[in-house]
Order: sequence, then C-alpha cells, then structure tokens
Amino acid sequence: MIKQIVAVTSMNLRSLPQRIGTAWVIVIGIAVTVAVMVSVLAMAAGFQQTLKGTARADRAIVLRAGSQAELESTIDRENAQTIMDAPGVKKDEAGRPIASAEAVVIVALPQKKDGSDANVTLRGVGANAVKLRPEMHLIAGRMFRPAVRELIVGKSAAAQFKGLDLGSHIAFRDSEWTVVGIYESGGDAHESELQGDAETVLSAYRRNGFQSVTVMLDSADAFDRFKGALTTDPTLKVGVQREADYYAAQSRNLSKLLNLLAYFVGGIMALGACFGALNTMYTAVSTRTREIATLRAIGFSGMPIVISVLVESLLLAIIGSVIGSCAAWFFFNGNTVNTLGAGFSQVVFHLTVTASLVVSGIFVACTIGMLGGLLPAIRAARLPIATALRAS
Amino acid sequence: MKFIPLIWAMLWRKKVRTLLTLFSILIAFLLFGMLQGVNSAFKQTIERSNVNRLIVTNRISITESLPYAYMSQLETIPGVQRVSHESWFGPYYQDPKNFIAAFPVEPDREFPAHPEFVVPKDQLAALEHTRDGAIIGAGLAKKYGWKIGDRIPLHSTIWVKAADGNSDWDFTIVGIYEVPTERSREDAMFFNYKYFDEARSFAKGKVGWYIVQVKDPSQSAQIAQEIDKRFANSPDETKTQTEKEFQQSFMKQIGDINLIVTYILFAVFFALLFAVGSTVMQAVREQVPELAVLKTLGFSDTRMLVLVLVQSLTLCIVAALLGLALADVMFPMLRNTLGVVKMPPAVIAEGVLMAALLAVATGIVPAWRAKRLVIVEALRS
Amino acid sequence: MTAMVSLKNVVKTYTRGKQLVEVLHHLDLQVADGDFVALMGPSGSGKTTVLNLIGGIDQPTSGEIIVAGERIDQLRGGGLARWRSNNVGFVFQFYNLMPMLSAERNVELPLLLTSLAKGDRMKRVRAALGVVGLEDRAKHKPSELSGGQAQRVAIARALVSDPKLLVCDEPTGDLDRATADEILHLLQVLNREYGKTIVMVTHDQKAADYATHTLHLDKGRFVEERQKTEA
Repeated sequence: MIKQIVAVTSMNLRSLPQRIGTAWVIVIGIAVTVAVMVSVLAMAAGFQQTLKGTARADRAIVLRAGSQAELESTIDRENAQTIMDAPGVKKDEAGRPIASAEAVVIVALPQKKDGSDANVTLRGVGANAVKLRPEMHLIAGRMFRPAVRELIVGKSAAAQFKGLDLGSHIAFRDSEWTVVGIYESGGDAHESELQGDAETVLSAYRRNGFQSVTVMLDSADAFDRFKGALTTDPTLKVGVQREADYYAAQSRNLSKLLNLLAYFVGGIMALGACFGALNTMYTAVSTRTREIATLRAIGFSGMPIVISVLVESLLLAIIGSVIGSCAAWFFFNGNTVNTLGAGFSQVVFHLTVTASLVVSGIFVACTIGMLGGLLPAIRAARLPIATALRAS
Repeated sequence: MKFIPLIWAMLWRKKVRTLLTLFSILIAFLLFGMLQGVNSAFKQTIERSNVNRLIVTNRISITESLPYAYMSQLETIPGVQRVSHESWFGPYYQDPKNFIAAFPVEPDREFPAHPEFVVPKDQLAALEHTRDGAIIGAGLAKKYGWKIGDRIPLHSTIWVKAADGNSDWDFTIVGIYEVPTERSREDAMFFNYKYFDEARSFAKGKVGWYIVQVKDPSQSAQIAQEIDKRFANSPDETKTQTEKEFQQSFMKQIGDINLIVTYILFAVFFALLFAVGSTVMQAVREQVPELAVLKTLGFSDTRMLVLVLVQSLTLCIVAALLGLALADVMFPMLRNTLGVVKMPPAVIAEGVLMAALLAVATGIVPAWRAKRLVIVEALRS
Repeated sequence: MTAMVSLKNVVKTYTRGKQLVEVLHHLDLQVADGDFVALMGPSGSGKTTVLNLIGGIDQPTSGEIIVAGERIDQLRGGGLARWRSNNVGFVFQFYNLMPMLSAERNVELPLLLTSLAKGDRMKRVRAALGVVGLEDRAKHKPSELSGGQAQRVAIARALVSDPKLLVCDEPTGDLDRATADEILHLLQVLNREYGKTIVMVTHDQKAADYATHTLHLDKGRFVEERQKTEA
C-alpha cells in the first residue's frame, strides 16, 4: 500500500508543472488569506503587547470606584496619601512609599505626518515615580526638575508629534513648558506619553486632585492585603487592580475589534480560498482523468489516488501560507501603527508577526487545502474506469 | 436578447465549476460590500456634517471644559445665529459594557441648533418642564426597550452627585427623537444641563464644548477665527472648527481605515483575478470544439468575442449582486461595534463596476482567443 | 446546368513546422446544381480540405472558388461568416451538437443570426425537425438521443436556414450499418425532393453509392471521375 501511495503521489507531483497555471490559484488564494489574517492578528497582538507591555505582578493601580480609565477617575489629596500609606506598599531606604499619585490630562498636539492635531496623554508623576517604574530609562537629555515647567517625552510620542524634540517649547495653560528629556520604557504605552511633575501639572491645570495612584507592592502576594485594606476603609471609595488586569481591560475593546476583523474577514477569505481550491482540484483531477483511470485499470486501489490528490492540495496550501506569512512579515513586522487608545489619546504599537501566528496561518491553510482537495480526491477515486478511459 | 439561452447554456456547461466560481466571486463581493460599506459610511458621516455649525473646544483638548460665561460672549460675535453647548456625561446602563452617549444641554438652544433632529414639540416642552427628563434617540429606545414614561438609572463614570456622593443619576424619559437623514445618530440621549450642573459635585459652571450655529456657512472660517481671537490669551483659550473638520480629525485619530480597507480589498481582488481568470481560461479551452461549430454556422469572429465576454460579464455581475445583497442584509449587524447602520447605495454601484472590470480583465484574453479561433484547426482537435 | 460549385486552379499549402506542404495541386472542380457528389480517397489525399474550401471554412492559397454564384475566395471575416450562414449547411462525423442545448435549441442556432422573430424561428425549427422525422424529440438533449437521432438533429440544423448547399464530412462514419443507411437515404431525399446540392466526403463505398457522382482524390489531385447513372 505504501509503495502504491508513494508511486502515485510522486507521479502526480511530477505532472504538477504542467498544471502550474491552475496550481497558482490555490497558492495565491491561500497566500492572500493568510497574509490578511496574520497581519490583522499581528496588529491585535501588538496592541495587547504594548498595553500589557511592562506590567508587573507586584504593581497595582488604584482608581475611583466605578471608573474604567484614569481619565474618568478623581482621587483627592487626602485619599491619595491614605492609599500610599496602606499596608503592603513597598518602602524605599528612606522609608517613603514607592508609589506615585498621578494627574492624567490630555493635550492636543500637531502630528508630524500631516500637521493635524491628535490627543496625547500628559502624566504628572509623583516624586518617587522613578523608583516605581524601573523599566523607564532616559535615552536623551535629563529628568525634569520639580516645580519647574519641564517635561520628558516618550520616544514614540517624540516620533509621532511635532515640536517634541529636546529643548523645544510647548505652550499651553498660560505658560511655556520645555522638553528636557526623552525616555523609553520597554515598548509599553508610557512611551506614547509626556511626563512632568505632578504638582506642576496640577497647578497649571488649576486642579486639586489626582486621577490615579500606582504603587509598588512588597511582593505580588501582598496584593490581597493591600486591596483589602483599601476596600474596607470607609473614607475611601476606590477600585484596586493589578497592573496587568488594568491594561488588559484597557485593550479589550480594540483587541476585540481587531480580532473580529481578523476572524470575520479572514474567515470569509478562507471560504473564498476554499472555493478556489475546490475549483482548482476538480480541474486538476479532470485533466488527469485518463491517467487516473489507467492507473486504476492496472490495479491501483482508490486510496493512493485519494492521498495523491490530497498531498498535492496540502502542498500547494502550505506553500501559499508560507508566502502569505512572509508577505505579512515583510510588509508589516515592526511597523508602528497608532490609534486611539482608551482614554482618548493616541497609543503607538508595534506589529509583531510571531511564530505562533505563522503556525496558525499554516493550520488555516492546511484546513483549506484539505477541504479543497477532499471531494475532488474522492471523485477521482470513484471514476467509472471505462468511461474515464474514453474521455478526451 | 435571443442569445441568452445560448449564453446561459454555455455558462452552465460544467455546473460544479460554474457554481464554485460563482461562490468565490460572491464571497469577494460580500467582503467588498461590508468593508467598503464601512469605509463609505464613515466618509458619509463626515460629508453629512452640518456646514452651518462650528464646534468650540478648549484649545488644550476636548477633555478640558470651558466656562459657561463664554456663551454670552459668543452670541455677540457677528454672523452667529445661535449658541448651544454640550458636555460629556459618560454613563453606562447597569453594566459598564452598556455605554451611552449622553449629553446635558439646554433644550431651547440645542434642538433648534440641530434642525435634523425630529422631535414632537410637546416632548420638547416636557423636557423643559421635567427636571430629570431626558429625550433619547429612537435607536437607543429600541436597543433597551425604553418608552416614554420609563425611569432609568444611569451610572456616570465621571460625575459624582454632591448630595449623596455617588454617581448614580436617575432620569425620566419624556421624548424620543429621530434623525431621518442619518439613522446612525439616533443612539444618543439629551437631558437638562440645569439638573446636571446643580447636582454635580465639581466643575460647576462649566460646559464641555460649545456649538455655534452660523447664519452663512461661507463665513465659517472667518467666524471661527474671530472666536479664537476673542478668547486668545485668556485662561481658557479656544479652538474652533467646523463640525466637519471636527469629525474628520476624530476619524483620523482612529486610524487610516481607508488604507486598511483598501489593502484588504486589493489582496482579495488580486486572488480573485487569478481564480476567476484561471476558470474562464479553462472553460473556454474546453469549449473550443463548440466555438468552432458556432463559427461554422456563421457566427462571426466579433460575435464570438462578444459571446465569451458576455458569459464572463453575466457570471461576474450576477455573483457580485448576490454578494452585495448579502452584505446589505448583514450590514446592520455592525451597528453595535461600529455604529454604522445602512450600507450606502453607492457601494452597490461601485461593486457592479468592479465586477464588470473583473469580467473584462478575466475574459478579454479568452474572448480574444475565441475570436481568433481558426475553424479547421479547432475542428481537428 | 448551372454550376453550384466551381473550383479553378486551386492550390492549398500548409506550413508544418518549417516545411511548406502543398496539399492541393492546381485543382479544378465543377459541381452542378442538384448534384449529390461523393468525394473519396485515401487519408491525406486532401478530400477534407476540398470540403472545407467549398464550405467556406478555409481559404485557398491561390485560385478561384465560386459557390452559389459568389467568389468566396475573396470574402473575409464577417462577410464570409454571413455567406456561410445563408448558403451552406454542415454535417460532421461526430454531429458536433451543443451538449447543453435541447434538440430544438440546437436547430435554432443558425436562425439566431437572422432577424427572424421568435415565432418564425420556432416554425422553421419545427419544419426542419419534421423533415428529418424528429418532432417528438425536440426537447431532448443530445445525451438523450441515439447516434442516428443526433445526426438527424445535425442535419435539421444544417437545413433550417434553407441553404442551397449541404456539406457533409463522413456523416455516417460513427454509425452502424442500418442507421447509416437511414441517414444516407435521408440525404438522398433532400437531394432528389428538396433540390439540395450535396457534397459528401466518405471512405465508405456503400455510402458513395447513394450519390449521383463520385470523385476520387489522391495526393491532392483528382484521379478519375466516374459518372453514375441513376439506378
């Protein structure tokens, strides 16, 4: 049996170059489907990755109860202090809590690409923010000084917006702010922000309360103790989340949309590719009608015939998916896309064509190949030999 | 015409193959309808923006508010017909997933400034007389099954009530508005600014943004500049844009949807070109003996070219129309995710044009071959 | 008698690869109106070529061809196609019917090229089917017909636009003896009672016996002409 299968299959594959025209139909149909699915999923993965980015299990974020995002939340000074002094919060050598009560506001700035305005987040951070976020590094310039209108900008923000180079000035709220440093922070959402001293930002915006408090915990396990202390405090009305959970929730909507796009559009395209594959394989079988009938007249059983057709179909499908994945990788890997994140401001994220996406692509392709090859394969195996031998 | 039975018979010579090709084309145009439909719908929203209205926001960003005092100043600017304002309430109903676009407004300003909103006068009057009254869009009413007279509690994600320190606000539905020219805008809710401003615990005396209705749209640019000049160097500088520019900049921030749609459709049609082209080539090749006989009977070369092209056109256009029809049926499903309601009819016309182009692109070479067919050679084979 | 078909000094050459092959060498031929001519000869003799030239589906390399009063060697493209649809009916060895059309739609095909209305077209179709004796099979597809029936449909198609000349290429080649005789008898009726001029290529002597004249071709030249008296 194996010998039969190998013999028929290799005969089939050797005749493939004659049918190269129709074979391209399967390859291209699948390549295109896989390319689209993989790139859109890469967008979704990239977005989630960016938002989740540098989330740590031992960091927690506190918002006002019921608020879904920092922009919706307010925490007054007293409450902010209570939160930072709560049990479970790690302290530095000087005994101060490694935490930051932050003011989060939006600034509209012109974009480099076309000059039109887009929203960018300005985060006023507390004194101990540097210890809170060790993943942040300055890559140019220096840190801002407290009580002075100075800003550091994330590298994605600097790349996207006009006027954010070192030393440039941005004017809003009656005064000028100077960009004194550029930072990177592990490719996460903070790289799309501007950061300054919390008190300076608050006074410039004439506000007197923060949007959120982020704390470093003694350890990841200290979370429950920390949360318990805050939720049982009658003076506080807050929601406490692990950083990772907070970011996951932030990215949920857009991720859902991108996943929907990938599977809906990809699914439809896969169906189309299936029809194309069926068509091609039916044609492939009909051009080989006499050859197949002769084989069967000689004595080859149906199974090797079926397998040879399926092998052809799968092979073409895999070639198609490799081409599609390469195209997606070539055109899009590493590309940055920016869009409205939660909280109305732009987030830059990088598309990543991961190995698992490529594998998914191959899986989809093989499914299409199987479906496209099965029926024609069965028909080939069941051709009435006599009539087939007479066929032109 | 009289050739239809012949063309139809030639198309269906191999039933399975024609059906498969038809489905491939159908699917491609289903995608076309949905994607291009979304693209078009977004563009239309921008196009339909009222040219008579300007949006005045805080120059820093839309999330910063403006003082109520600006209203009287705006009214004095020449060319201004009416001033209204809106603020972002940001509530959800029962579950954070059920987000609602709700705006506290002054009804006697807001509704005249939006003549495209259709609401019975008595319902408007009811809003003015009911402190916690609300007028909701027909789409919103349908979604939650709300009727006039219902009392609904909403939870605001931003605004806290001074009286009890919580964010649960109650409303009584007193009216339902419709926007016949643009159904996708029927999902919002309007209630009394007075109720809002008195009850909220902070930011009193402020509004989110102003809406300025101008008398003459050709004056929009000047009036916008005048407004921003008036408030320049004040603690709350303004940025004034036409409603259309405002929508556009918002759309742009979401991303270059047009580019993504174009990219996907390009990929799809590329693949389709191959698939259909290959099928038509194959079909014509198999038809050679029959084409030869037709020529023998006296069908001219040109007629043969037309015959093959018409076959191609029939298949592509019928399949495309089916796919577009399916897209039209499925389109309203996108309402919740994307806010678009109806597939713009222009998309159907575009689709048919694309189908014709596809037919010609895939059919022209086989049709030419049919035209140039030499009878004696073809009969020999 | 007037000549229905007249070939004068006709030469036909093909290019096969790099070689020029002359298939017909300065041929002269006359077929009178009302004749039933059988063309015979070994394979490669050029008899099918002569048939194709007479029927207007091929052009001579040089020489004159006059059929039904027209110089068809001077007609081209659309003009030649039009001439064919008005003046010639073809009958092939393998019937060459459209497999997905019914018998009557097959017969209707030549009439689609005229300006006749649907009603008139169907009248003629029915008449043609009546002549070949197949009215009751009008709605059947070729796959549902026997070999003889299919050939009759083909003959009906050849008749339907009332051409003066019928051109037949081995019309009985694929049929058994009895059916072949039926078909040949039908052709004879068409010749004797309907006045059709028929030129038929055949390698079957029994078929040639139905004709009024037999011509022999060998290597592109006529070998002898045997006049047959009516039996």
